[in-house]
Amino acid sequence: MLSIENLHASVGDTSILKGVNLQINPGEVHAIMGPNGAGKSTLSHVLSGKPGYIVTEGKVIYKGQNLLEMEPELRARAGVFLAFQYPVEIPGVSNIYLLKAALNAIRKHNGLEEVDAMDFLTLVKDKIKLLQMDEKFLYRAVNEGFSGGEKKRNEILQAAILEPALCMLDETDSGLDIDALKIVADGVNSLRSEDRSFLMITHYQRLLDYIKPDFVHVLAHGKIVKSGGAELALELEAKGYQWVEGQAA
Amino acid sequence: MSSSAEEIEQLISQEYKQGFVTELEVDTFPPGLDEDVIAKLSKIKNEPDFMLEYRLKAFRHWQTMKSPDWAQLNIEPIDYQSISYYSAPKRKEDGPQSLDEVDPELLDTYKKLGIPLDEQERLAGVAVDAVFDSVSVATTFKGKLKDAGVIFCPISEALQEHPELVKQYLGSVVPEADNFFAALNAAVFTDGSFVYIPKGVRCPMELSTYFRINAANTGQFERTLIIADEGSHVSYLEGCTAPMRDENQLHAAVVELIVLDNAEIKYSTVQNWYPGDENGVGGIYNFVTKRAECRGSNSKVSWTQVETGSAITWKYPSCVLLGDDSVGEFYSVALTNNYQQADTGTKMIHIGKNTSSTIISKGISAGKAQNTYRGLVKVGKRAENARNYTQCDSLLVGDKCGAHTFPYVEVKQPSAQIEHEATTSKISEDQLFFCQQRGLSAEDAVSMIVNGFCKEVFKELPMEFAVEAQALLGISLEGSVG
Repeated sequence: MLSIENLHASVGDTSILKGVNLQINPGEVHAIMGPNGAGKSTLSHVLSGKPGYIVTEGKVIYKGQNLLEMEPELRARAGVFLAFQYPVEIPGVSNIYLLKAALNAIRKHNGLEEVDAMDFLTLVKDKIKLLQMDEKFLYRAVNEGFSGGEKKRNEILQAAILEPALCMLDETDSGLDIDALKIVADGVNSLRSEDRSFLMITHYQRLLDYIKPDFVHVLAHGKIVKSGGAELALELEAKGYQWVEGQAA
Repeated sequence: MSSSAEEIEQLISQEYKQGFVTELEVDTFPPGLDEDVIAKLSKIKNEPDFMLEYRLKAFRHWQTMKSPDWAQLNIEPIDYQSISYYSAPKRKEDGPQSLDEVDPELLDTYKKLGIPLDEQERLAGVAVDAVFDSVSVATTFKGKLKDAGVIFCPISEALQEHPELVKQYLGSVVPEADNFFAALNAAVFTDGSFVYIPKGVRCPMELSTYFRINAANTGQFERTLIIADEGSHVSYLEGCTAPMRDENQLHAAVVELIVLDNAEIKYSTVQNWYPGDENGVGGIYNFVTKRAECRGSNSKVSWTQVETGSAITWKYPSCVLLGDDSVGEFYSVALTNNYQQADTGTKMIHIGKNTSSTIISKGISAGKAQNTYRGLVKVGKRAENARNYTQCDSLLVGDKCGAHTFPYVEVKQPSAQIEHEATTSKISEDQLFFCQQRGLSAEDAVSMIVNGFCKEVFKELPMEFAVEAQALLGISLEGSVG
């Protein structure tokens, strides 16, 4: 599904990604861990097409397409989704309006009929139960006045409705208390399927207690320095990042 | 991949969709203005003597006045002698008695603008008066309105058929010497709409006037006069468009509203005059004096405006709250793009007791445009318990535009309560990227964010016009992100 080869990226003159290689097949859940400043968030930003990053080397093939040449909205419509670390507020635009506009933009692009208001309401009411959200969230402005946990749940709600093929979660666990973390994790787990892949970016092992990854990668100094199964996360937790950074050096 | 700033740059090159010219045979005065021109104009319109006197008085006063320069606007000097003060489509005899007699070219024009004048085609419940250059060409639904006792006709016709009403109210809210542009309008106004709602009548439909400037080198000076008698209610909408021309054209209108005891007028404007091209060439100079007087107790006026057009907008729809317990409201969206300049806002003059006013202003600036809110809240000595709430928000799209706010408050009554809130924000690259990451094009994203910003004003518009306003905002921002 996704093949990243020797990816180098920088912001201004600062080089951040220095040769990332990663293969993700349909249905797989990959976790990217690593210390602050390793380039974890940058990786998700470059893959989703956020402005401000310059790719200096390497390529990314997503479902046979050259992902890096696509505009951000075309990547989204092709099924690339990013749950943001810091979701933005959009005053005056209701959550339900944004969700419907987004779903229909994606459906239209893919030659599907747009969903009408009634069908959409049925769909969205079904999904918000999954995330134990109150219906009133649908009519509030996007993320405006939401708590940290509500914002993160809202991101997963968007994923549940847009049904992406590649779902990237950028530190979705940060700022969540344990109850909220469980709800978000349950939401993510309910989205797991044979043809949907996940790329989870996290600092801590604790998210991985709830969402069990197939693969764990350690990103340090702009490179994946170690890969392994779910057990690698536990080892990291015990030994700290210095352990892998030391190995890489 | 272009950066977000460049995308915003690209999205800010809009196309004006109403910019066509209609080829018609017209009667046009040669350019120039003096007392003879005014006399000729008054004669063509077969006006009663008091009108000519009124016009000449205004003209003489106007000659002693100077164009105001206090607004945050950069205006090239206007040569008033190079403008033609009358242009009208040539008509058979005394003008059309029914739509069949209206020039088909003209009907086509209105069709292109999405304003079908054919009564059968009208959405139920909206009567339309269409003003083309200097004259009103068609008013629909006259019969149905007449049954309700409502007078809705061109002001030139009202001068023939109801001269006593016009004489009583014309200039009673905006005197002929009020300001430079109002004086000019009083001297040379050619047409506009007249509305009278009798006592206790709730106008059975929305009333609407569409103004269209077509001829080159002409000014449009329309005059609107609306009187809501005791206990009556009316909702009125005006829309405006003009062709694309390289030279600037002048539009100086005056609107007067008179509201008596327990009556209410809701006045909505969607102004989409030609704004000039992306280099700031051409466009309409829009200098408008709009004022409502709540004469009666418990009367109410609500101004809602969506201003997306014109090269220059100078406009302050105001409320004089004379009657006790009267209410004034002003809801405004002003969008400027490219080189457009807008200096707009309102005046709320509290004179009666327990009067209250609300001001919600949303300014959006894109391209290299400058957008100014200017507002006055004045509470007189007698206005016990007056209240005002003002909210004034500015949104910037891109980094080459400007937003300015000039709130003036004068209070002479200690029991008054005045609140003012103001914000300035920018469409952030993060908001834009977030929307794109969810599959929306940058253009749709900007349009959605701007519409969200304007939500509080749009909900004040009559339903079908709210939809029109949203679409218009989308078009006006077209090209402002890539």
